[in-house]
Amino acid sequence: MSAPHLLVHDRADNVGVVVVEGLQAGSEMLCVVTADNSDFRLVARQAVPIGHKIALVDLKAGDTAVKYGQDIGRMIAPTARGEHVHVHNLKTKRW
Amino acid sequence: MSSGRKIWAYRRENGRVGVRNCVAILPVDDISNAACEAVAAHIQGTLALPHAYGRLQFGEDLELHFRTMIGTGANPNVAACVVIGIEPGWTQRIVDGIAATGKPVAGFAIENNGDIATVAAASRKAKEFVHWASEMVRTECDLSELWIAAKCGESDTTTGLASCPTVGNMYDKLVPAGIYGCFGETSELTGAEHLAAARAATPEVREKFMRTWQAYQDDVIEAHKTSDLSDSQPTKGNIAGGLTTIEEKALGNLEKIGKKISFIDVLEPAEPPARGPGLYFMDTSSAAAECCTLQAAAGYVVHIFPTGQGNVIGNPIMPVIKVTGNPRTARLMSEHVDLDVSGVVRREITIDQAGDALIECIVRTANGRLTAAEALGHREFVMTKLYRSA
Repeated sequence: MSAPHLLVHDRADNVGVVVVEGLQAGSEMLCVVTADNSDFRLVARQAVPIGHKIALVDLKAGDTAVKYGQDIGRMIAPTARGEHVHVHNLKTKRW
Repeated sequence: MSSGRKIWAYRRENGRVGVRNCVAILPVDDISNAACEAVAAHIQGTLALPHAYGRLQFGEDLELHFRTMIGTGANPNVAACVVIGIEPGWTQRIVDGIAATGKPVAGFAIENNGDIATVAAASRKAKEFVHWASEMVRTECDLSELWIAAKCGESDTTTGLASCPTVGNMYDKLVPAGIYGCFGETSELTGAEHLAAARAATPEVREKFMRTWQAYQDDVIEAHKTSDLSDSQPTKGNIAGGLTTIEEKALGNLEKIGKKISFIDVLEPAEPPARGPGLYFMDTSSAAAECCTLQAAAGYVVHIFPTGQGNVIGNPIMPVIKVTGNPRTARLMSEHVDLDVSGVVRREITIDQAGDALIECIVRTANGRLTAAEALGHREFVMTKLYRSA
């Protein structure tokens, strides 16, 4: 298998992690789910740095972001599939 | 129990196995740092451990101070220890605690002597210890006799994808073989505390864990919290690396304890594990130097430190093995990286293969290979203080 652009921990996740440097907007990404090695394709709608997350589905404010199959916080702004997910649109539920 | 893998290490008087052979010069208190550093400057092959505390502490905070001091001197990576304090009472308490291991230890007090006479007397003893320690020979020991601690730092999303699962895979293989393991970082399990609790070996341990985690929330976090904990959880480095929330950070952190094993007790900071081989949770800060110092004081002799963005931490008496799964960090900060597992995110190697590579790295480090942090002179020795002094 060629090197993936995006890794997803669990099939239940709605965000994935960019694992290549210099990912440009419009890139078609090879996405791999590490839990079962399944893969799919997704177009990045923004340039996203290595290590940062991309939405796998359209998310609205108030939705729960899921990674590792677990709750990692609440979306605070609508975010389209393929867009960057980070501190501008995702907030902890803890503090 | 046996791993079937041999290492060359130092068998101490109490049967424990050390992988370094330090002659430590340990100050009881901040004002004895100068004398300790003078001895270490004078006698080659010794190591001063200056720190900021030890005066007017009381209650639980003072007990933690003694536990950290005694545990550091007692660590199997320390062959012999000189203890210097301002007055003889607390100095002797630390000397007695270290002497219980059977290793050579001597105490010196500065009051009524002054720094110069104290340094002279302590230097003579330190020189004697160095000659003795430098003739010690490594003997064949089993890898399973090691006490191996872990803590991650400057984490990013690759930590949860590659470097922490690598550590977890190592624990899944070596804990059943008989090592002692340790993870901590109480605050940084927030968001994954339910998953951590589910990995406790018994309902009693689970309850102890939840009590410890809740106490940290109530006494430390809730008592002082600000929005996002003032950019401390996650840190600016975590955020630059793509981690957004404490929940996300905690889930990656918890990958360090593998998939198959459970933890058998909850330790106070710097408390030596007492329930035999197995994985332990220790109540610690998530700050790297504080956590490593507490784990070394509990008796751990090797440390595994997964990092995403490139934490450079070391410890004076315990080798800290740096593991990264971030290809950019592996490239830009290669001098700090002992094991590059970025092949995991490229899907070139499996977590199982990365775990085996980490075990090889542990064997080589235990046999004497210096870690990146040791070669670069990182000796961060940072005491945990529970509250203000009297």
